[in-house]
Amino acid sequence: MSSGPTWFRHVTDASAPETHVVGATVDKVDGYALATGAPVYTDDIAVQSFPSRLHGCILGSPIAHGIITSIDTAEAEALPGVHLVLTYKNTPRTFYTTAGQGWPEPSPYDNQMFTEHVRFVGDRVAVVFANTAAIAEKAVKLINVTYQELPAVLDADEAMTEGAPVIHPEDPKGAYDATRNIAAHVDISVGDVDRALTQTDICISETYRSHYAQHTPMETHTALAYPDAFGKIIIVSSTQVPWHARRIVSRILGIPMTQLRVVKPRVGGGFGTKQEVLLEDLVACAAMRTGRPCEIKYTRKEEFISSRTRHPMKIDMAIGCDRDGNFKALKMYVLSNTGAYGSHSLTVMSNTGSKTLPLYNKAHDVRFYGDAVYTNLPVPGAYRGYGATQGYFALECTIDDLAAQLGMDPIALRKQNMIRIGEGSPIFEALGEGRQGVAQTIKSSSLPALLDMGADAIGWSAKRGKRIRSGHRVRGVGMSMHMQGSGIPLIDMASASLKLNEDGSYFLTIGATDIGTGSDTILAQMAAEVLGVGMDKISVLSSDTDLTPFDTGAYASSTTFVSGGAVVKAAKSIRNQIFAVAAQMLGEELDESLVRAEPKVEWDNMQPDPILSFYHMEDGNVVSVRSDRKVPVSDVAYRSYYEVNQRQIATTQSFVSPYSPPPFAAHFAEVEVDELTGKVEVVHYVAAVDCGVSINPSLVRGQILGAVTNGIGFALTEEYRFGSHGNMINASLFDYKILSRRDMPPVDVIVVDNYEPTGPWGAKSVAEIGINGPLPAIGNAIFDATGIRLHASPYTPERVLAALHAKSS
Amino acid sequence: MRVSITINAVQCLLEIEPGDILLDVLRREGYVEVKGDCHTGDCGACTVLLDGKPVASCLMLAAKADGHAVTTVRGIGDQRHPHALQKAFVHNGAIQCGYCIPGAITSAKALLDENPEPTREDIRLAMDGNYCRCTGYEQQIEAVLEAARELREGGFR
Repeated sequence: MSSGPTWFRHVTDASAPETHVVGATVDKVDGYALATGAPVYTDDIAVQSFPSRLHGCILGSPIAHGIITSIDTAEAEALPGVHLVLTYKNTPRTFYTTAGQGWPEPSPYDNQMFTEHVRFVGDRVAVVFANTAAIAEKAVKLINVTYQELPAVLDADEAMTEGAPVIHPEDPKGAYDATRNIAAHVDISVGDVDRALTQTDICISETYRSHYAQHTPMETHTALAYPDAFGKIIIVSSTQVPWHARRIVSRILGIPMTQLRVVKPRVGGGFGTKQEVLLEDLVACAAMRTGRPCEIKYTRKEEFISSRTRHPMKIDMAIGCDRDGNFKALKMYVLSNTGAYGSHSLTVMSNTGSKTLPLYNKAHDVRFYGDAVYTNLPVPGAYRGYGATQGYFALECTIDDLAAQLGMDPIALRKQNMIRIGEGSPIFEALGEGRQGVAQTIKSSSLPALLDMGADAIGWSAKRGKRIRSGHRVRGVGMSMHMQGSGIPLIDMASASLKLNEDGSYFLTIGATDIGTGSDTILAQMAAEVLGVGMDKISVLSSDTDLTPFDTGAYASSTTFVSGGAVVKAAKSIRNQIFAVAAQMLGEELDESLVRAEPKVEWDNMQPDPILSFYHMEDGNVVSVRSDRKVPVSDVAYRSYYEVNQRQIATTQSFVSPYSPPPFAAHFAEVEVDELTGKVEVVHYVAAVDCGVSINPSLVRGQILGAVTNGIGFALTEEYRFGSHGNMINASLFDYKILSRRDMPPVDVIVVDNYEPTGPWGAKSVAEIGINGPLPAIGNAIFDATGIRLHASPYTPERVLAALHAKSS
Repeated sequence: MRVSITINAVQCLLEIEPGDILLDVLRREGYVEVKGDCHTGDCGACTVLLDGKPVASCLMLAAKADGHAVTTVRGIGDQRHPHALQKAFVHNGAIQCGYCIPGAITSAKALLDENPEPTREDIRLAMDGNYCRCTGYEQQIEAVLEAARELREGGFR
């Protein structure tokens, strides 16, 4: 399937069951609403439905570290149009984490709505709610604050040193060692890695440093809260985690959950940054105090300074192997900069090891350890890739250097050491998300095909090591290999409800949170497939804590796998109820135990679903296998709702899995390095991916393209720059360069399906994995072109030129 | 001050302040199909057509639109009568979160009005000011090519 100079190749798996909706590129259910600008985002709803709402404006700290010695809000409060000013003096002092994660929460409780102690430039000092945004902005300037400035930690390397300023002297619950600024610590070992590294033929050890970068969703964080006619506080928020947001706000403000409802409308991109409760507490508190609708929308500058970033990391990577390139030992130490607060500090760092090291499971001695340290810099959090992105930078570049040292082809070296079907890794069990993990055995992998097809697409054998030159520009190719997960095993839980309508259509309600990924669409596809109907027969409502069942939210690449599992179970359950009524209508026997059997997701393929030998769904009808007679599902509904044995045909099912099958990827980059200017241009990129069965190939491709684009930006241009006081100096989309259309090279996407037996309709995740490739693949391509190894990101012209000069001198 | 702006072919008399920004006025008046967050002209989400030419409404004073015609994405097509571009964006998987889409489609409309047979490079250039963080752009470029083909073959623009 070619289209112009770029390609999308999708290889399907013939062993997967035949499907009619799953695997089809159907239109997104919200496509036309979004294409015509429907009022579907939080601020659209605020503008349209609450014209008299109050507008919130936040006063951020101008200093990196200090104590508020006095704060006077009288003048601001006196300004006409101002309704409320919140500071630490008049808000609950509950300690909590802004990280929207499962329970018990793995991030330290080091945050309060407001505190006297400001810890980074942009930290919350106060918020004003006023009739207009202009009044609120003006009032913020009238708040008089005096600070006692404290020495700041602006370098993660210095955070743990003796005598460093202590950023959280209150010793937050859940922080590892606040007296030494360590928010989180992890140390897991399999075998004896230090001994193994001294005994291997070859040992390579390198240090990589990744930088501050941001998600920059096109819609900034926005939250609206209003009291309904009965006093319930309704929060409409651009969140990835409605249930976690409700739980956290309920705790902070002491509002019972009967009085709190969180609604997620459409969200203008998340990528992890909206897995945080940053504004919901403020608008809910203000709506309670004022009785008015209250809204806050981050400005783009606030989004940069005060929302969330990727954790910058320093990673020491050591690999020991024999002369033939067989890995024996892997050792990874991570120093993660978690900024002023420890949001996701433990879990992101854990993922840096748990989502990378199992890929090379032939090493029998492995140690992964690290510290996440507080600094007086902006706060990192969840960001697509979730630590794996940084881990792969160190791992895949070190392997590339190892291949050069061994005189081996980097692809061959990886093939020799990579995890294969039927194999596991002790790391899966040793290292989970902030706690022990769950043992995994790989049941599906297209990695060998991905490596071969990707190499072919980039022209590996013709280009690698050739250093094709045109004047002062030289070309090279590089590659990298990856895995991720599909949800957090035995932690992430999703649920789905289905109701049958009289016309034979269904109402699907899901907790799953579509943040633009298309989850409403692919989950409806999964239901339609089980129920033997087209997409027109499924109506979807998602992410409303009052109206839809629970879901942990859109993170950890969980939605397709975990929420999909819940949808498939719900669809099978309601289907069986329909079969039972149809059997009565046909006067046929159907064993009740078959109807009531707990639906199994993995029955799709490996074990036939026993009830299907009696009935199946076909085009809106129940078809009897025994008699070949049909009953329209609509007739089943009418009979059940109006005539005989009247009852609702509906179900709610939940899914939690001990499995988290990794998707796999092989990425290839061809770059041209300008040796005169240091500019690196990616001229061609290939992302070859295995995500199990692609539920919707076009959306799969979009996930990969989007992640790769973000990843190339991360590798080349996107970087926070700081002034001497820890102040970000490029907080705009003009100065912080994300990639535009003309910046993008042609990107080949190759998807090689396989059937994952534990996944809904054979699917695994695809959302995050694509962002992990560009940094190492481009770094390895620069190495191929020039022989310089860049140990710090991003690969800016300055950095490349400095390395070229260092090499030549 | 009072201005007269023709918005999506309807003449609107609007009471505004001289310093009001067009984006803010449009949204306040209910044209919330115009999105936009940066207010610095960097992201392109707020793109509207001013007398057929794409402009960043977040950088323009509403007063400057007095006597001119503004077209938003809803003026290009709505859910009942979507424009070929809107259909092509949906069919090509060119929409993820959708926040940038009204601006992107508006820029594409201006391009196709000028150049019914654009090359990929023409599209990349004309829509370069429309950032998208979700899609990686490729499927949007394919959508514009498809819509252009559709419009040419349909014999209308």
